[in-house]
Amino acid sequence: MLDGVHRLPEGPLPDPARRLRSRWPRSRRGLAVGAAAAVLTSVLAACGGGGGGGVPTLTWYTNPDSGGQAEIASRCTDAAQGRYRIETAVLPRDASSQREQLIRRLAANDSSIDIMSLDPPFIPEFAQAGFLAPVPEDVAGRVTEDVVESAIEGSTWNGELVAVPFWANTQLLWYRKSVVEAAGLDMTQPVTWDQLITAAKDQDVLLGVQGARAESLTVWFNALIESAGGSIIADNSTDPDNIQLGLTSDAGLRAVQVMRDISRSGQAGASLSTATEDTTATGFEGPDAGFQVNYPFVWGRALAAVEAGTMEQSVPDDFGWALYPQVDEGTDSAPPYGGINLGISAFSQHVDFAYAASECITSTENQAYYFTTNGNPASDTTVYDDPDVLKVFPMAPTILQSLDQAAPRPQTPYYSEVSGGLQREYHPTSSVNPKTTPQKATDFITAVLRKEQLL
Amino acid sequence: MSTTTLPPTEKAAPVSAPAGTTSDRARSERTLGWLLAGPALLVMLLVTAYPILQAVYDSLFDYRLTDPENRSFTGLSNYWVILTDSTWWIAIGVTVFITAVTVAVELVLGFALAFVMAKALSAIRPVLRAAILIPYAVITVVSAFAWKFAFAIDTGFINKWFGWLPGISGDTDWFGGQWSALFVVCVAEIWKTTPFISLLLLAGLAQVPEVLQEAAKVDGATWWQRLRKVTLPNMKAAIMVALLFRTLDAFRVFDSVFVMTAGANHTETVSFLAYRQTISRLEIGLGSAVSVLLFLAVVLIAAVFIKGFKVDLAQARGER
Repeated sequence: MLDGVHRLPEGPLPDPARRLRSRWPRSRRGLAVGAAAAVLTSVLAACGGGGGGGVPTLTWYTNPDSGGQAEIASRCTDAAQGRYRIETAVLPRDASSQREQLIRRLAANDSSIDIMSLDPPFIPEFAQAGFLAPVPEDVAGRVTEDVVESAIEGSTWNGELVAVPFWANTQLLWYRKSVVEAAGLDMTQPVTWDQLITAAKDQDVLLGVQGARAESLTVWFNALIESAGGSIIADNSTDPDNIQLGLTSDAGLRAVQVMRDISRSGQAGASLSTATEDTTATGFEGPDAGFQVNYPFVWGRALAAVEAGTMEQSVPDDFGWALYPQVDEGTDSAPPYGGINLGISAFSQHVDFAYAASECITSTENQAYYFTTNGNPASDTTVYDDPDVLKVFPMAPTILQSLDQAAPRPQTPYYSEVSGGLQREYHPTSSVNPKTTPQKATDFITAVLRKEQLL
Repeated sequence: MSTTTLPPTEKAAPVSAPAGTTSDRARSERTLGWLLAGPALLVMLLVTAYPILQAVYDSLFDYRLTDPENRSFTGLSNYWVILTDSTWWIAIGVTVFITAVTVAVELVLGFALAFVMAKALSAIRPVLRAAILIPYAVITVVSAFAWKFAFAIDTGFINKWFGWLPGISGDTDWFGGQWSALFVVCVAEIWKTTPFISLLLLAGLAQVPEVLQEAAKVDGATWWQRLRKVTLPNMKAAIMVALLFRTLDAFRVFDSVFVMTAGANHTETVSFLAYRQTISRLEIGLGSAVSVLLFLAVVLIAAVFIKGFKVDLAQARGER
């Protein structure tokens, strides 16, 4: 799961089948012509259908959330006053599957996709392949105004803005106030991973991290190596043969060290090797809770559980939050950056309307709505001054500061190879070795990028 | 020692067609046969032969879906990359392991279930058959999720229920190790597909002539002797067909692995490798080569069964 969970856990999920039903209508004519012909014609007929005449319909492919994007779509349809309508279509739950579906359809020049909710690490791949319509200059100016730097960086490829920043996610360090008090940690100052390990051991509580062989592992490792002053890709290139990895740098070794120390501390939980964001969030709600690094969805998740009566109010009352832990004391951490940015398909028949719609979708008002109702932090900094936002998310200022410090994951069209290779070599996290793992991973990923090895 | 089977020719001796010449009627029947089967054959060719040939063709190229301009012919180099990669051989090992374990266990369980279904009181027989078939009716992905949740450390109940067994505690992370993860995958597969094998075996059981059973009984054969000398030999064709179908199926295992471990901890199967190269990496060439090799492996299995064990598909269907 790429940036974790872009949603609150409760609430209705949109029904992808509904869309399927509406997209495969009519055409049953060819029965007499013979079976093969019938199959062909009905498939072709169903593929051709765009929208019925009159008002152009834009189809916005969204990641599953708690219904926020569908609501924004209907608001922007109203705001367009008949110039266009926005329909949403829901993509699979995890980001890798979202990419798989979109990219294969775009490779076939599918014109039924207009707007896409894209996970930032995949944006370079879409842009490099020519699947994103160029952002008009005036639009680019407007959609980057007051936007956090990490979200702009995440929408940029080869020095050009290629997507519209929508919402920006980042991980915080979540702690239990009672545990911190007992351990005597001063949370007003930035803390280091080493301090957290010691405190978790002293109090015998969980220190939740994401160790599953999934995208969340890359997220964690990237935050460690960036916090140590390095990068997964040291020297970037559009030619896969020329990508130089930074895994064997001092920062790379330091990241492995910290990863191993946490994994072997005995405080990361029994299910560390399969732990995703949901696993650590569950652990943090339980009796052994101490610390976790995770996205702000854990706050909304806890509040929803209280509302549903499955959790005591005292549990979220005990939640504290701070900036992502440092690797080396005194050096600012580089928290993970994620979220969703909007890509406009190069094969859309209404690129201009799609850009107009994306400006509406990412308006300050809609971002504030999305933040407060769906728990997904805005990329627009002015949203963080909204008193309504502060009321629901008292940690909003910390999120904003975290977004300021955040570092994106490696930006490359070959992201799947890099991330998949990392996940293979750095999993399970308890058996990584600073002496061998970085070199092995470098050799492996380089071979995969050169198509000399399977992934 | 001798086994007892009825001569297969007895059932369908040709009565009307004289050997050698083809009568007008036979000829027109043959034409009608082609007319009836022809469209189906055409569709089959279209939906199976075409993609297979396309995959073979694609496997000879260095071809990334997002970069069609740089597609280049590389001959057999994709196959060389795969066959010299330890990942491939580990995946083969895992796939063979899952296939062998699940098919062996399913055969034994399937037999037991087939006997139960055959011998059950006629009043409860329909209910029993329906009950046994339910797992097979469940969609594989759904069953994989159900088993995953059952064994998961946070949502699962297995650790609680079986905590008294040595080696299992509340902290047992089933998907954290290769063997324990493969164990869960195998259990899920067995649960899901045993009904299929037991149904095929039930059909085989029904083919065993009752006269032979009775004759053996009169001769004083024990239950075990009747099973070995009468039932099994008469069921051989049905058993081999059941084994063949399940082996082919098991060798392509994908859903359970994808849902439960996503290939972590050395649980990747061959289909999973094909998925990752083609769908995740978008390396159509390399992925097609993996698929072609998987296809060849499946053809090999089928050939071994049909030639090596002399499985006669026609006989199993009762045509001869």
